[in-house]
Amino acid sequence: MSPANTDKPSMLKKAAAAKGMPMQNLEVDDHQVTVGQSFSDNAKMTMRNINVFYGDNQAIHDVSIDIAKNQVIAMIGPSGCGKSTFLRTLNRMNDTVEGCRVEGDIRMDGENLYAPKLDVVELRARVGMVFQKPNPFPKSIYDNVAYGAKIHGLADTRVDLDEIVENSLRKASLWKEVKERLHQPGTGLSGGQQQRLCIARAIAVSPEVILMDEPCSALDPIATARIEELIKELSENFTIAIVTHSMQQAARVSHRTAYFHLGKLIEVNPTEQVFTMPQHRLTEAYITGRFG
Amino acid sequence: MAKMSFENHIMKQFDEELEEIRTRLMEMGGKVEQQLKNAIRAVSEADSKLAEEVILEEQRVDDMEVDIDEACILIIARRQPAASDLRLVMMVTKAVNDLERIGDEAKKIANHAVILTEQSGSSNGYPEIRHIGNSVIRMLENALDAFARFDADAALRTIEEDEQIDLDYKTALRELVTYMMEDPRSISRAINLLWVIRSLERIGDHAKNLCEQIVFVVKGKDIRHQR
Repeated sequence: MSPANTDKPSMLKKAAAAKGMPMQNLEVDDHQVTVGQSFSDNAKMTMRNINVFYGDNQAIHDVSIDIAKNQVIAMIGPSGCGKSTFLRTLNRMNDTVEGCRVEGDIRMDGENLYAPKLDVVELRARVGMVFQKPNPFPKSIYDNVAYGAKIHGLADTRVDLDEIVENSLRKASLWKEVKERLHQPGTGLSGGQQQRLCIARAIAVSPEVILMDEPCSALDPIATARIEELIKELSENFTIAIVTHSMQQAARVSHRTAYFHLGKLIEVNPTEQVFTMPQHRLTEAYITGRFG
Repeated sequence: MAKMSFENHIMKQFDEELEEIRTRLMEMGGKVEQQLKNAIRAVSEADSKLAEEVILEEQRVDDMEVDIDEACILIIARRQPAASDLRLVMMVTKAVNDLERIGDEAKKIANHAVILTEQSGSSNGYPEIRHIGNSVIRMLENALDAFARFDADAALRTIEEDEQIDLDYKTALRELVTYMMEDPRSISRAINLLWVIRSLERIGDHAKNLCEQIVFVVKGKDIRHQR
């Protein structure tokens, strides 16, 4: 053996001595404030000091954040972190849950969404929602999309309604697949098509904001890719807030990412920053798969 | 809030894979460092046998580069790393490239060692080469050390060393030009030495790249092209 190799073991020893990477980010304590850029100059919705309770149990702790106009914001975090609860405060879906109490100030374009005289049915047309499991009505494809437009009086004539249905299905990238069978039941479509039908239904009433609660978790990868593509396109005209368990999905479709942990909003930052250089230690630990 | 440990991934295999590329990068660093030391010694001690060994061993360095790159690609495909994990994997793919280039330069130095030994038989020890050589070896050692400890401050300090190497390079260049003017018979030998010094200077640049990558891994800041 030449004297050449004497140094190699010492190199390896050094490597072994320094296992794991030092985490340079903040420590977390009970009085955590949100790090990053929670607020936006171009806010569609503003939330300040939101607390949500289910009975005695507090699910959301003092969350303040803006949702920027024509942007996609992704809410991520481990199960039970409050991200879905938070999403549901945005169109008062929590009103229907018994014992649920929402405190704080939530506004859309400056208008208080929790004002007593606000029409909640109208609000839910302006802030549409797409759920985890596709839930088309047991009606025809056409009627699924036309239903909301009819009750909200958006169409005066049959021609208007036809147009709304076609446009909505086109925007949801479903038109080509269903135009020949508009009067067949919506429940006969595949899972991915049903989910796009639900998106078309949400779009048909011309909402300003679309909330999506894990819209792809019941879909296969191809259907998921279609929905993600759609989210990107829709963000040109709509403001979108999406809750997702897939971090790659958040990374692909959103402009900003909000990380929730045990009911607290830990970090909000531009998505490209969150997935390459998160500011908070907990965000880092979650997105790298160190807990969750 | 309860204290949590974030040291390990939920998926243990992922930890092992990251540890594996890290260890293999260190191993490759150690190998390249040895190649460099041997190449410099081959020149200053006119040892063409040692030079031949360096030339042969270069293949090992190339193989290591390919292996580590492959492991990184597999990690990306399997785990979709994010944040510090992503930075580490990206850093390693870049670092193996720099280490491989250092290996190439060491081989070039060894080639010139063979020619220099044939030309003059013995050497005067080439103090200028030993001087720059030692600085470059130290810089590479410090860079690998900083990587082993994920020490961004040490990496930043090591980057500073490159300036002195560049200065020494220019001084040695001037010296060689003077020799060539004084004695045209020395031109052929001086040109060979010049190539050696040039290679050493390039190695300094690659070591600097390594340090910039370490800062990127630890701090998430890209400090390339800022000086």
